[in-house]
Amino acid sequence: MTQLLVIAEHDNASLKAATLNTVAAAQKIGGEIHVLVAGSGCASVAAAAAKIAGVAKIKLADAAHYADQTAENVAALVVSQAAGYSHILAAATGPGKNMLPRVAALLDVAQISEITAVESQDTFVRPTYAGNAMATVKSADAVKVITVRTTGFDPAAGEGGSAAIEPIAAAADLGLTKLIGREITKSARPELGAAKVIVSGGRGLGSGEKYHQVLEPLADKFNAALGASRAAVDAGFVPNDYQVGQTGKIVAPQLYFAIGISGAIQHLAGMKDSKVIVAINKDEDAPIFQVADYGLVADLFQAVPELVAELG
Amino acid sequence: MKILVPIKRVVDYNVKVRVKADGTGVDLANVKMSMNPFDEIAIEEAVRLREAGIATEVIAVSCGLAACQETLRTAMAIGADRAILVESDVDLQPLAVAKLIKAVAAKEQPQMVIFGKQAIDDDANQTGQMFAALTGWPQATFASKVVVANGMATVTREIDGGAETLEFKLPVVVTTDLRLNEPRYATLPNIMKAKKKQLDTLKPADLGVDVTPRLTTLKVMDPPKRGAGVKVADVKELVAKLKNEAKVI
Ligand SMILES: Cc1cc2nc3c(=O)[nH]c(=O)nc-3n(C[C@H](O)[C@H](O)[C@H](O)COP(=O)(O)OP(=O)(O)OC[C@H]3O[C@@H](n4cnc5c(N)ncnc54)[C@H](O)[C@@H]3O)c2cc1C
Repeated sequence: MTQLLVIAEHDNASLKAATLNTVAAAQKIGGEIHVLVAGSGCASVAAAAAKIAGVAKIKLADAAHYADQTAENVAALVVSQAAGYSHILAAATGPGKNMLPRVAALLDVAQISEITAVESQDTFVRPTYAGNAMATVKSADAVKVITVRTTGFDPAAGEGGSAAIEPIAAAADLGLTKLIGREITKSARPELGAAKVIVSGGRGLGSGEKYHQVLEPLADKFNAALGASRAAVDAGFVPNDYQVGQTGKIVAPQLYFAIGISGAIQHLAGMKDSKVIVAINKDEDAPIFQVADYGLVADLFQAVPELVAELG
Repeated sequence: MKILVPIKRVVDYNVKVRVKADGTGVDLANVKMSMNPFDEIAIEEAVRLREAGIATEVIAVSCGLAACQETLRTAMAIGADRAILVESDVDLQPLAVAKLIKAVAAKEQPQMVIFGKQAIDDDANQTGQMFAALTGWPQATFASKVVVANGMATVTREIDGGAETLEFKLPVVVTTDLRLNEPRYATLPNIMKAKKKQLDTLKPADLGVDVTPRLTTLKVMDPPKRGAGVKVADVKELVAKLKNEAKVI
């Protein structure tokens, strides 16, 4: 029977939701699904992964040199475990994009990036050209190494499974990199990738101060995540991890507000699969209106506070 | 130290591509081609390191059609010292390009290779990481700051929740993110000068690399279209629609 290996995404304490979407893609391919958890002091992550519905086995590599999950060390571990698997999958999020191409190269196979649909065990759909051309590609390699666009697959159930947890030996520490520090953006809001509602602001907000002053009250109404266009990030209104788009985060919430965002193709690539899109822009010809379900031509500095008041 | 900068010729970022009616690909006839924007950032970073006296030579490398010579000239107009074209009309996929760059690196012995994090045509985001794996070098992907001193590179990289800083012994692979720098415009005198700079051409066979594609594209389709939306007159109508029609609040 086909066996598939899914690389868990986590922070040593909790399993990231993107793993559930990756498992869902593996289920579409079909076969026996194993999940690899590589970390340090990450038993709770393995326990959470064991509960995912449809997962047969958890492989747990718990070692100090996986604490920071550097691409070099994790890829070496994955390669050491690769025998017998027909498919190796990770989420197309920061860690997966960083690490998985190394695995593909070490196995001398292609990587199929950011799949959004599974046609068969060797054929997949993936977006190219900022999502303007959907390519169906067939792999001739023995092992399919795949990153999964989370918005393409409804998450597998996080409860109901009871997979066995098998501790595995760590691979050698390559000692190639040293982490000096991490600056994690602090926020009480949900993560962009997991939020049901996203409020995004663009250059039209004018400054970081106004971005927060105008958008936070709206986001509070929905417990929404905050996002941004590249222009807003480049101008320093908000940190880089707020960027939605072709080269930022890909999101598909129930409700997406694009406020003071023109709607460049690179931005649309990151949000056009949202269920409902609302655009507020003072330029009636802004391209964002071509994808918005509801467009309001207005000055955002008036319309957004009015909207907050109207929502009560 | 030498820095190698692989660059790709792609459809210009301002072009909205059109899928061919027969589903075989996108229509590239008469479409403006440019250097991949992330590769421009890579060239700029390398040139700045040379201007700061840290790098001694910047070599741009492109793999692809003869037309990539034009892109390499642009790289030299920004400031690369010389260029290498690995010419092929095969559909070169990331693994093949990583192998070609590895073979070039074996000849040139750079201490740093700076890739763009992704090409805006195939959006693969693989080649830098694959090169790093094949050479056994460490990788600093999605870089927003690069500092080189005493044989070490300190790189700040963009991660999902913010940023992290890592330290590496050289040689190292860097892939660029948008915030690393703002590339300069090539001036006319520099464009003229670039015409006289050295550009060598090789073939994949000269480098002993098998570039046979591993992925076959069966078809290319338009993405699902969103139904046309409506313009609302005011905030009241917007809230009413969200409540009663879309039912999302
Ligand atoms: C390689 C590359 C990658 C890129 N990746 C991304 C990406 O991932 N994500 C991304 O977003 N972009 C990306 N871009 C950039 C993209 O091309 C656009 O430049 C960017 O999205 C524009 O941001 P913006 O809409 O905020 O700014 P602008 O295009 O300047 O639009 C500002 C909008 O605000 C409106 N406005 C101004 N004032 C008001 C007001 N008072 N009330 C109402 N409306 C107002 C204006 O009418 C305008 O429509 C990328 C570009 C390149 C080259």
